[in-house]
Amino acid sequence: MSNQPSTLFDKVWDAHVVRKIEDGPDVFFIDRHFIHEVTSPVAFLGLESRGIGVLFPERTFATADHNTPTINQHLPVEDPLSANQLKALETNTAKYGISHWGLGHAKNGIVHVVGPENGITLPGMTIVCGDSHTSTHGAFGAIAFGIGTSEVEMVLASQCIMQPKPKKMRITINGKLGKGVLPKDAVLYIISQISASGATGYFVEYAGEVFENMSMEGRMTVCNMSIEMGARGGMIAPDETAFAYLKGREQAPKGEAWDKALAYWKTLKTDEGATFDLEYTYDAANIEPQITYGTNPGLGTGISQHIPKAEDVLDGGASYAKSLAYMGFAEDDTIIGKPIDYVFLGSCTNGRIEDFRAFASIVKGRKKADNVTAWLVPGSHIVEAQIKEEGILDILTEAGFLLRQPGCSACLAMNDDKIPAGKYAVSTSNRNFEGRQGPGARTLLASPYVAAAAAVTGKVTDPREFL
Amino acid sequence: MAYDQFTILKSSAVPLPLENVDTDQIIPARFLKATKREGFGDNLFRDWRYNPDNSPKADFVLNNPIYSGKILVGGRNFGSGSSREHAAWAIYDYGFRCVISSFFADIFKNNSINVGILPVTVSPEFLDKIFLAIEKDPKTELEVSLPEQTVTILATGEKESFDINGYKKHNLLNGFDDIDYLRAMKEEIGAFEAALLF
Repeated sequence: MSNQPSTLFDKVWDAHVVRKIEDGPDVFFIDRHFIHEVTSPVAFLGLESRGIGVLFPERTFATADHNTPTINQHLPVEDPLSANQLKALETNTAKYGISHWGLGHAKNGIVHVVGPENGITLPGMTIVCGDSHTSTHGAFGAIAFGIGTSEVEMVLASQCIMQPKPKKMRITINGKLGKGVLPKDAVLYIISQISASGATGYFVEYAGEVFENMSMEGRMTVCNMSIEMGARGGMIAPDETAFAYLKGREQAPKGEAWDKALAYWKTLKTDEGATFDLEYTYDAANIEPQITYGTNPGLGTGISQHIPKAEDVLDGGASYAKSLAYMGFAEDDTIIGKPIDYVFLGSCTNGRIEDFRAFASIVKGRKKADNVTAWLVPGSHIVEAQIKEEGILDILTEAGFLLRQPGCSACLAMNDDKIPAGKYAVSTSNRNFEGRQGPGARTLLASPYVAAAAAVTGKVTDPREFL
Repeated sequence: MAYDQFTILKSSAVPLPLENVDTDQIIPARFLKATKREGFGDNLFRDWRYNPDNSPKADFVLNNPIYSGKILVGGRNFGSGSSREHAAWAIYDYGFRCVISSFFADIFKNNSINVGILPVTVSPEFLDKIFLAIEKDPKTELEVSLPEQTVTILATGEKESFDINGYKKHNLLNGFDDIDYLRAMKEEIGAFEAALLF
């Protein structure tokens, strides 16, 4: 063993290398594999055509989320193609003995919400899923990232993938986040600073006072969006906040196993003197509530700012002009006061209980604007139950909002929740790509506070006015 | 899924000089509902390629008959966003075997190799040369040699080398895939698994 100082990332990575290939990728062991109905069916077909089975079925967990409707979940799914994918997941998981939380199951919800809330996600683990937002689980000090369907098949077949080790980046934010500034704002700020491709080829560790003081929900929001700066994933060293979150969760270790795990987890931090390939440091005082104006998550700014001119943007040029034209915005426009049509609270980025608490704290005692259609979608049935238990549902109802049932919903619009062409949506999801929330939809990414302020005023509004 | 061998590809190319082409554009989410890996090419770049009434958009490059070939040339940060392998399937199914850009998103690059498409990263300067050559003559042929790891603009002879991981190169040249390799390690993986804390 070397005594060289090492990073959190190195510690977890190196513990999972089964074999190193000369001039090739590492054979990388996967502790937890999440699957859902969209990116797994072809992987199961692959196993079948090879005539092989699933090596460790107990290490894979299935949930239905991408396609599921958010109303009338007790009825048969109307879209025959969606119903077919859901059925395929059910059949495949039953055939190979994989745990499956399908539509209607008490623990069903978005894969990146249900993994942590049931204690399936643990520090020091390697976690993959055929979904780029698998990076969410890095909030617990796990190495977690999205993979393609061929790799889903690899994990089912061998519990390993072939993975070259990424480079390491550390992003530090010092100081304290200001009033009305949420974890979503912190990560949107970072992406706007380094661009939608600024961390490609890297795995990111988030460090500094802001993340140390952040709740687990907040850390999940931040790690979730690591992929939006191109990173393979993001992670945060597990600490007392993480341990307290995990203790007692259904599938987390108990008793002696907990003590043993805890002793290991406490070693999972970057040693003093360990080095990164690239470092960025920011001051929390410079971060105000953020909002995007373009068609990638890097095209965002502080809510009080003007839309930048092309020459001031990292991705300026032909793509920038195309982006603003799609959004119906112009260089140097103000964003505050732009009328909006839809608000979406939900997704694996901001569909957790804290997000609903934040949203409710602003709409409490106010009314939904008449020109706004609001889709409020919890990330899981457990979140939905909390919303009811904590009285948040009453606040939402009094303000004129309806609560929908859990799922990915309008984040990627694979179900019926599609923003119509040309309409503006303030969305707490993770992507503002062209057509992401429906063909022709125009998405402004923002925090639950900004979404709530927009929902009650009908236009882009600085939420600090209401706090 | 095993795929075709890739050695030397000589073809004209289709230019898409836009940055940050994300996988939601390559294949929108509403076309991910199949349970088989077939027919995705019809919906490649669906919303850039067709109007809402399904008539082709005349100004989109795939609808312009002067461009054709098995090579797609994209702008910087090609394939960002969603991990959906369907994007690579759509590109392959449409008939492309190689994508050239100055910068690829990681997951897309991995997915491409896993389905038998060669992603070739060239310098921004060489990418511009390729775009200029195609602009000058849409029939311009490129030669992509995997054994030599080079891209050549045949009309001018301009050439650049590209990097590829040795293991991945070997697989592409031979049409092997990772699962065969991993299944042969079953015992080693089993022993590794048995020693884990979780």
